[in-house]
Amino acid sequence: MKPPDFEYARPASVAEAVAQLAAANGDGKVLAGGQSLVPLLNFRLAAPSVLVDLNGIPELAFLEAADGVLRIGAMTRMRALELDPLVRHANPLLAAAARWVGHVQIRNRGTVGGSIAHADPAAEVPAICVLLDAELVVSGPRGERRIPADDFFAGFLTTALGEDEVLTEIRIPAQASGERWGFREFAHRRGDFALAGAAVTLAGPPDGPIERARIAVFGTADRPVRAAAIEQGLVGRPMTEATFADAAAAIAEQLAADDPRPDAAYRRTLTETMVTRALADAASPHGATSQSDGHLEVA
Amino acid sequence: MPVPSLAIRLRVNGVEREASVVPRLLLSDFLRHDLGLTGTHVGCEHGVCGACTVLLDGAAVRSCLLFAIQADGADVRTVESLTRADGSLSAIPAAFRDEHGLQCGFCTPGIMMSLAGLDASGTADHEAIVDTLGGHLCRCTGYRNIVRAAEAALVPAGSHDDG
Repeated sequence: MKPPDFEYARPASVAEAVAQLAAANGDGKVLAGGQSLVPLLNFRLAAPSVLVDLNGIPELAFLEAADGVLRIGAMTRMRALELDPLVRHANPLLAAAARWVGHVQIRNRGTVGGSIAHADPAAEVPAICVLLDAELVVSGPRGERRIPADDFFAGFLTTALGEDEVLTEIRIPAQASGERWGFREFAHRRGDFALAGAAVTLAGPPDGPIERARIAVFGTADRPVRAAAIEQGLVGRPMTEATFADAAAAIAEQLAADDPRPDAAYRRTLTETMVTRALADAASPHGATSQSDGHLEVA
Repeated sequence: MPVPSLAIRLRVNGVEREASVVPRLLLSDFLRHDLGLTGTHVGCEHGVCGACTVLLDGAAVRSCLLFAIQADGADVRTVESLTRADGSLSAIPAAFRDEHGLQCGFCTPGIMMSLAGLDASGTADHEAIVDTLGGHLCRCTGYRNIVRAAEAALVPAGSHDDG
């Protein structure tokens, strides 16, 4: 189908974008890469009266690493996230996860900020934001605010972003050098939305106790979820298959409790498997490094 | 009240174009209906099938997920650009003919434009070709001849992997 009529605004600055959104009186929508919004328009599931196109704002497309923080402009294309050496160096897990965002043709246009603001529960980048304790910078009529990723994702396609606010920047603490990580997702076909996925980091010697663990799962609940209590429980335990299987079972158990979908049991099993494998990848002497690429599980 | 049209200027297949478009006009429809470049096919119109893929400033993108107005000032290349001025086929379509890389041909223009983007990136190998083709639905072929054609056109002779 074809999109409904809308008025088109192409601001040259964030301030201008915020003003144009405010002028739309709640009936404006931000257009970033358009890889999720334009399908919604074409299906007429969305019909805003004004589209505020951020593609003409150069200040929103940047990648910087300084003082242990990777700063990503909201209009940075997914393809840049995947390929830029700065990202691969500061946050190799993020670069690896970006590879599994849609297809290359989608990543060429889709943006980091767009994925986060859209907040699909199966999306990779929001999960990495939650896992790595990212901070999201938004601008609105009342000025700028910074929102921890954990507070940003509020449910299915729902975030803490106000309808008159623009997501401008993503700040992600760089991964500690030598920190181990794993990324796994399951999709029926390459490029499909993940049915279940897991991203993890592990700190500690391979043959010694776990010093710190972080685990986020996506595609399972209505938003990406951190498993804080289970992460705590891993501290001091050895990096063994049994440890990982226990943690994965506990996470799946916790998530399955409030999944109303008919395939909840299947997703629960997938989640458990993805967590187990992501942890095993992180612990593996071969797969746990910045050279590793994550794994796509295909049926 | 109807939304007014806005003026755009862009370069399509090396030709400067000026047009007046309503904001909701998709780039795919602009190419086909306003410019008559019907080689760009429209399949699903929500970014899944890949038939409408074109190069926007060198990057393969879905033209059904872009508004024509967003291509203002851009360089767009469509499948028509893969035919040389003398009417002969350039390397990619020639390889599709030689390797029988199509049956009905509906998906072919989009696939060839994605491959043109990959070719320009200089990183084409078997894995990159398969990854790129992942963004295209072909309902006829089972992809094997498409991969063969892509490798014939993009990968230097002697390093083909038929996997």
